[in-house]
Amino acid sequence: MTQKNIVEIKNLSFGYGNRMLHKDINMVFPRGKVTAIMGGSGCGKTTILRLIGGQIKPKAGQVTVDGKIVHKQDRQGIYELRRKMGMLFQHGALFTDLSVFDNVAFPMREHTKLPESMIRDLVLMKLNAVGLRGAHKLMSTELSGGMARRVALARAIALDPDIIMYDEPFAGLDPISMAVICDLIRTLNDALGATSIIVTHDVEEAFSFADYIYFVADGTVAAEGTPKELSKSKLPFVHQFVHGEKDGPVPFHYNAPSYKKDIYESA
Amino acid sequence: MNPIFKILSNLGNQVTSRIWRLGSATRLFLLTLIYSGESFKRIHLTIREIYFTGVMSLIIIVVSAFFVGMVLGLQGYYTLQKYGSSESIGVLVALALLRELGPVVTALLFAGRAGTAITAEIGLMKATEQLSAMEMMAVSPIARIIGPRFWAGVISMPILASIFSMVGVMGGYLVAVPIIGVDHGAFWSQMNVNVDFRFDVINGLIKSFVFGVACTIIALYEGYDAPPTAEGVSRATTRTVVTSSLTVLGLDFILTSFMIAH
Repeated sequence: MTQKNIVEIKNLSFGYGNRMLHKDINMVFPRGKVTAIMGGSGCGKTTILRLIGGQIKPKAGQVTVDGKIVHKQDRQGIYELRRKMGMLFQHGALFTDLSVFDNVAFPMREHTKLPESMIRDLVLMKLNAVGLRGAHKLMSTELSGGMARRVALARAIALDPDIIMYDEPFAGLDPISMAVICDLIRTLNDALGATSIIVTHDVEEAFSFADYIYFVADGTVAAEGTPKELSKSKLPFVHQFVHGEKDGPVPFHYNAPSYKKDIYESA
Repeated sequence: MNPIFKILSNLGNQVTSRIWRLGSATRLFLLTLIYSGESFKRIHLTIREIYFTGVMSLIIIVVSAFFVGMVLGLQGYYTLQKYGSSESIGVLVALALLRELGPVVTALLFAGRAGTAITAEIGLMKATEQLSAMEMMAVSPIARIIGPRFWAGVISMPILASIFSMVGVMGGYLVAVPIIGVDHGAFWSQMNVNVDFRFDVINGLIKSFVFGVACTIIALYEGYDAPPTAEGVSRATTRTVVTSSLTVLGLDFILTSFMIAH
């Protein structure tokens, strides 16, 4: 039976050593929707994607993908789940020894027995979708940041995944590239009938295309809702984040003893 | 904290961390062997790596071998003539190269030339999330990245060591026969009679095979384990050279002991 939510996170806790990064997190990602996970740097947004992809195991709770508990799968099971996923890494993570064409063809060559002529057509179609068909002969090292991100997106959708995960897709991009990626996320999600999970801290972009947003702070889900609901939110954290205020529930200063004490002690 | 306790505690930490790393490296080695079937399915990758690690190391191997052979010829002649057996120079050069210098110097040069390149490449692939990306595409980096490089190193090393020994003998010949004037026939015939195929040539090849396994797995492990930062990769590269060199010299002693005992 097809699950309504393709990904579900239930009572998830995760941490490194004794330091807990997530405490009792619950999230659902409905099929066909674009869901954004937002929060400050270092709050563990990317870790959530890694937990969904089964690259790390939770300390408590579970992540289910298509009804299967990720951390209970063996290697074969995890690889089968990953074949349903496409992931766009923060800086693209293109293979530097391969050309643009070979990067996009990589998952097809690894997981299908399609003839090379068909792979060629599919790769050019994927590259056309991200506007870079003309760049297929370039090496990945010859691309700008925005172009590399688009090629990585073409590679992520190479096998028509059910879930597309984006890790900070807008980081370090110029406004034009940002707008292009923004548009592609929504278009590809709807065209492929996929489910998109986007980790970002770019408020304007996320609010423009996401169907639902989770705010993560202090290891928990601090707020959630549609962009419309969240933009009206009176919650201090959401207000500070959405309006980019430098002080608030997230303090400007890192935890430190009193300024006076520090100055006098060093004198 | 008591200074003695602190020293002991640091020492304990160092030992534990070394044992931990040795265990991780062994685990990587075993996984590489387990995934070898998948690696060999992509045989073109191994061939490509043989080109990068083996063929590209040829120049440094050939040039070094030639000079080492020439020095051996000079030093050997100088010593042997004192005992009136300068005709044995061919045997001395060949045995020194086949038994020791060929495998050992090749392994040291390999660690410096190819080992560092492997560590830096894999460390940077990790730092730029290429290995994670591969994992997320349900492709094992051990089968696709580690395996081909491992087998390329293991295949290349004995071939490079053989080339080293051959070129070294040529270097020794050049100094001993045309320059010093040792008899051409004596040089080759003494070598022919006194070099044993099983105990000298095969033992040398066994050594270089073992060094190939050790140097390549050290380079791969250091890259795979490197912290994904510029400093992390640079330290890993240095560690590759230091660990490989010490391991080769240590293993050489152990292997030689076994070979001489038999």
